[in-house]
Amino acid sequence: MAHTIWNRKDLLGLEGLSRPEVEAILDAAVSFKKSPPEPKLQDRALAFLFSEPSTRTRSAFETAALRLGAKTLGFSATTSSLAKGETLVDTVKNLEALGVSYIVARQEASGALDAVAPKTGVSILNAGDGLHEHPTQALLDLFTLREKKGRLDGLRVVFVGDALHSRVARSNLIGLKTMGARVTFCGPRSLAPDAFARLGAKIERDMDAAIEGADAIYCLRLQLERQKDHFFASLADYRAAYGLTERRLALAPEAVVMHGGPLNRGVEIDDGPADGPQSAILSMVENGVYVRMAAFSLIEDWRKSRGLG
Amino acid sequence: MALDKTVLVRGGLVIDASQNLEAQRDVLIESGKVRALLTPRESARAAAAEIIDASGCWVVPGLIDLHVHAREPGGESAETLASAARAAAAGGFTTILAMPNTEPALDNPSLLELLKAKAERDSCVNVFFAAAATVGRKGERPTDVARLAAAGARALTDDGRAVADSGLARRVMEWAADCGLVFIEHCEDEALGRGAVAHEGPAALKKGLAMSPWAAETSVVLRDIALAELTGCRLHLAHVSAAQSAAALAWAKERGLAVSGEVTPHHLALCEDDVPGQDANFKVNPPLRGKADRDALVRALNDGVIDAVATDHAPHSPEAKAAGWASAPPGVLGLETAVGVVLTKLVHPGKMSKKRWVESMSAFPAKLLGLKSKGSLKPGMDADAAVIAPAKSWAVPESFLSKSRNSPFIGMRLKGQVRTTLVGGRVVHAL
Repeated sequence: MAHTIWNRKDLLGLEGLSRPEVEAILDAAVSFKKSPPEPKLQDRALAFLFSEPSTRTRSAFETAALRLGAKTLGFSATTSSLAKGETLVDTVKNLEALGVSYIVARQEASGALDAVAPKTGVSILNAGDGLHEHPTQALLDLFTLREKKGRLDGLRVVFVGDALHSRVARSNLIGLKTMGARVTFCGPRSLAPDAFARLGAKIERDMDAAIEGADAIYCLRLQLERQKDHFFASLADYRAAYGLTERRLALAPEAVVMHGGPLNRGVEIDDGPADGPQSAILSMVENGVYVRMAAFSLIEDWRKSRGLG
Repeated sequence: MALDKTVLVRGGLVIDASQNLEAQRDVLIESGKVRALLTPRESARAAAAEIIDASGCWVVPGLIDLHVHAREPGGESAETLASAARAAAAGGFTTILAMPNTEPALDNPSLLELLKAKAERDSCVNVFFAAAATVGRKGERPTDVARLAAAGARALTDDGRAVADSGLARRVMEWAADCGLVFIEHCEDEALGRGAVAHEGPAALKKGLAMSPWAAETSVVLRDIALAELTGCRLHLAHVSAAQSAAALAWAKERGLAVSGEVTPHHLALCEDDVPGQDANFKVNPPLRGKADRDALVRALNDGVIDAVATDHAPHSPEAKAAGWASAPPGVLGLETAVGVVLTKLVHPGKMSKKRWVESMSAFPAKLLGLKSKGSLKPGMDADAAVIAPAKSWAVPESFLSKSRNSPFIGMRLKGQVRTTLVGGRVVHAL
C-alpha cells in the first residue's frame, strides 16, 4: 500500500503528527468504512495492557483487530504484574517474548508509554495515558467531524467542561489545530484554566457566548468525583453553567453534538441534544472501529516494510 | 585532620567576599589554618613543604552547601555520608549541611551523635547536621530541640515537606529561637497541589501532569515570614523557586527581619520548558518553574535578596528514577555540577560578580550556620579552600562520585571546573 507518509512504529499521541500523517489515517479509515477489509493482521498477536477500566475503547480496538484477522490474547495484563512490582517495560518485554506484535495500552500515568515505546520492538497503540493523550479517540472525533462537515479546515469546535482532566480534550486540541480548525475550551476556571491559551485554545467562560454559531460542540465528561476536590460546587450548579440543553443548542443549529462517553445525562448533556438529529455520538462509536483499523493497517505496512513480524 | 606541614597555594586569583578581596595572592597554610595571604613579591621568599599550583585559577574559601541529602541512614544504595563527602569535595565544597529526612528521620540526639561519629570517620569534608523539626517529620509534635542543639544540630527542618500546622510551626520556631538554631523551611502547601509532580504551567498542562502552583510555595513563605516576626526566629527558606517567593523575601528584609533564602543551581539554570519529555532526572521538588521565575531568581540572587546558592543534592538510584515521571521520587544531584553550572549560567555571562558568587556559596552559609572559622581565607581561619579553573570547558559525564547519577545536566557543556579542594589544609580532591 502506498502509505509511505507513515513512518512510525507506534501511535502514542497526536503530538508531533503532521497533517499528511493525520490525513493518511483518516483516509484509510474511509476506505475501511466503504468496503470490507483484507485480513492484514492474520497471524499477528495483540495484547491489551490496561491499568484503568474501559469498555468502549477496548471493545472498539478488539473489534478492529479481529476484523483484520489478528489474534487477541485472551487476557489483559493489567495492574496485576505492575502491582507485583514489575515495571511497565518488563511487562512489555515479556509480552514481546511471547510473540506479541501489538500492544494496546491504557495507563494511569501521563506519558508512561513514551518512555516504554523506544525500548521495545512491539508496536504500541495508546488507548489513553493519564491526562495526557488519547490519540485514537481524537482521530475518530476528527473522522466523524470531517464526515459530517466535509472538512476540518476552518471549523470552529467548542469543548465544554472539564478540559483539565481530559486527555481527549488535549489530543483533540493538538489534532484539530494540526488540521486547521479553531478550538475553544469553555468551562469554569478550575476545569478550563487560562494556561490552555498558551497551548493554542481560546478560553471562554460563558457557554452561550462560546457555542453560538459553532460548527461542533464537544461535551466533556464530568468526572463526578472531582466534586470532592471542589472543582465544582454541585451538579446542579455545574449543569446550570455548562450543561448542553435544548435551549442552548438552539444557539448553534448547525453544530455537530459530540461526546466521548460515558454520558452523565442531565449533567453535561441533556437527552434532547444527546439523542437528537444533531448528535454524532453513536456515529463516533462506530467510526472508532474504522479509525483503529486504519491505525493498525498503517503500522502493519510499516512493520512489513521493515520485515518485522 | 590538620597537618603540621606548610602548604602554599600559589599563583591564583583569590576571591574572598569576607574580606572584599579579589587579587593575586598566594595562600600560605600551616597546621590546617590559613597563616597568611601573600602578594607575589612576598611569596617569592616563602618556603613550604607542599606547593599547589593555582596559576590561571581562582582560589576561593571552601564552598559550603546548606542543603545536602546524604541519605544515611536508610538510603545507602543512593548515597552515604562518605560518598556525599567525596562528591562534595569534587565540587569544591568543604562543608555540607546534611538534611534529616533520612529513614529513620534524624529527630533525636542519639542518632545525631551516631551520625556525627560516622561522618567524622568516613567523610573527607566537614559535615554538619540539620535535625528534624517534628518527630518523624510527621508534623505532629516538636522534636527535643534543646537536646538536639546541645548535641550539635545546626538547624531544624522537616525538609521534604513544610511544617503544615501553623500552630506547631510557631512553637518550633520559638524553640529554635530559644536554642539559637536556624529554622529552615521547605515552603509548600500540599493542599494546593495534591499528588503534584510538576509546576502548574503550560508545559505540565500539556503533558497532563498533576500540578502545583507557585502560590503553594509563596503562601507558606508569607506565613513563615509572619511567624519569624512573631517569634524572633532565624528563618531560612530552602530552595526558593518562584518569583513571588523572592519578592516576599525582599519584603521581609525591608522589614528588617532575620530571614534569608537559598536557590538551587537547577532553578537558576533550568525552567519548565527544558524538561525533555518525561525524563525523571528533571523531576524535582519544588518543580522547575517558568522562564520568568528562573530569571527573577537570578536577579534576586545577584541583588542579595536571595542569600545563598545551595544544591539540594538529592541522590536517587537509577531504578527509582526509572519508575516513570509520576512515580519516580523528586530530586537531582547537585554537588559535582554546582560550580560549573553557576559559573556558566551566571558568573561568566556577567549576571553575577565573582565576589557575590563566593559570598553566596561560602561566606553567607558560614555565617548562617555560625561557623566562625569558615567561609573566609583570612589568617587564622580553617584552611578550607577550592581551586577552580574558570575557563576549563567540560561536558558533564554520566557517572559521578556520588553513588547516584540523577543529574539533569548530564551531557551539558560547562565552563569552570574545580581542580583542587582542601579541607583543613589537606587535599581531598585533585584533578
